[in-house]
Amino acid sequence: MRSAITVSDLVVERGRRRVLPGLSCSIAAGAVTGLLGPSGSGKTTLMRAIVGVQKVRSGSVSVLGEPAGSAGLRHRVGYLTQSPSVYSDLSVRANLRYFATLYGVGRGEVEQTLDDVGLGGAAGQLVRNLSGGQRARASLACALVARPEVLVLDEPTVGQDPVLRYDLWRHFNRLAAEGTTLLVSSHVMDEAARCDRILLIREGAIVADDTPDGLRESTGTRDMDEAFLRLIREQEKGRV
Amino acid sequence: MSIRITAATTARILRQLAGDRRTIALILLVPTLLLTLLRYVMDSAPMIFDRVGLVMLGVFPFISMFLVTSVAMLRERTSGTLERMLTTPLHKLDLLLGYGIAFALAAAVQAGLAATTSYWLLGLDTAGSPWLIGGLAVANAVLGVAVGLLLSAFATSEFQAVQFMPAVVLPQMLLCGLIWPREEMAGWLQGASEVMPLTYAVEALTEVGAHTSPTNTMWLDLAVVLGVALLALILGAATLRRRTP
Ligand SMILES: Nc1ncnc2c1ncn2[C@@H]1O[C@H](COP(=O)(O)OP(=O)(O)O)[C@@H](O)[C@H]1O
Ligand SMILES: [Mg+2]
Repeated sequence: MRSAITVSDLVVERGRRRVLPGLSCSIAAGAVTGLLGPSGSGKTTLMRAIVGVQKVRSGSVSVLGEPAGSAGLRHRVGYLTQSPSVYSDLSVRANLRYFATLYGVGRGEVEQTLDDVGLGGAAGQLVRNLSGGQRARASLACALVARPEVLVLDEPTVGQDPVLRYDLWRHFNRLAAEGTTLLVSSHVMDEAARCDRILLIREGAIVADDTPDGLRESTGTRDMDEAFLRLIREQEKGRV
Repeated sequence: MSIRITAATTARILRQLAGDRRTIALILLVPTLLLTLLRYVMDSAPMIFDRVGLVMLGVFPFISMFLVTSVAMLRERTSGTLERMLTTPLHKLDLLLGYGIAFALAAAVQAGLAATTSYWLLGLDTAGSPWLIGGLAVANAVLGVAVGLLLSAFATSEFQAVQFMPAVVLPQMLLCGLIWPREEMAGWLQGASEVMPLTYAVEALTEVGAHTSPTNTMWLDLAVVLGVALLALILGAATLRRRTP
């Protein structure tokens, strides 16, 4: 497995809490890796470190062979923040065109991306008049429009209806097939089935790094919630 | 930094401003209306209107662009768009210049309208050229943008950002010599007014009011205003942290 992102001994403190107490992992190139774990487990913090906006205490993060956040990476990595960060007083299309210009891509990509996230019909609307799910997709579109080599997507499918969720995951799988590296977080374990690989995170530590099938086999259950529970029970048993 | 990104950022900020019709109307009309008001308050003393109106004309863009910028930048900081922008190829300088250029353009339109009204309809009379007054007004607007960008880092809500206006602007208005001659103030206040940029902005405007051609004092004042603006921009850039806790 060729890895696109390598994290070693990453320590991050937020407030007084040690959120990531020395995390190491690597993320496969050209695949969808699901970063799954309960709320508050450190998914967002890890992703922020990977895109280079998180202050870190120690350890290293490298992306495509360069230190995370370095200037050369900024046109090769796309980031979707957990809460939508788009300009609410601009239309969806105006937002997308602005992001497209930042990355130097053309108008054609803008229209294509609007269709990819199912916002073709709402493109002219101001973002502040959109529903929560539409706003989240507008924000996602801004990360997708430049077709970066690495996509770091923080909970992109939260609040979307099942049909849209299905479409979005299919799109992520298609991007990976074309060579894009995707790291997608979710606190919904069911989404694991759509990933090529899974990282399970709990209290800032990786508890499993496997394929969905491998995880089902090692835990002996098809249900991802159940698999997660079993893993944690096993670990706690091991600790005693 | 790239011209393409700076230009796109300027256009994006102007488009956001253009979407807010009421703010545009307030920016464009309030200075003109206040100057009209002042003209008739001073109905019996057109000589004083020449002095005070001129200063108002030049200082208003500072105040309104300071307000607009500090709120716009605060929104950018609190809505998460700033954090996201800093992960894109956008350079900090692109963003700062984008704000500077966009709001300097808005200020030029504002000052143009107020100046046209003042000179044609309100009988404002200055020894120097109205174009110089316009130029100084835009320089003051740039100062307002730069200070607004910087101070937005110290506000966590729009309420706080708006309260910086009286806190930062009113003392400078009181001390700049417009309301009371600086030589007659307490000594320590004279000292304080020496380090306030608006003092120089007002002095430059007064120079144009009194002399037919630009004086050395005016150029020096202009240099101080632009120097402080540059300093505020550099300090403002330092508050745009890519990595946050
Ligand atoms: N800005 C912050 N300041 C202090 N603590 C924070 C901050 N953001 C998150 N945390 C804490 O860090 C931990 C991990 O948060 P986060 O990475 O957002 O988890 P997740 O994305 O998995 O829900 C949580 O306990 C949260 O309370
Ligand atoms: Mg999160």
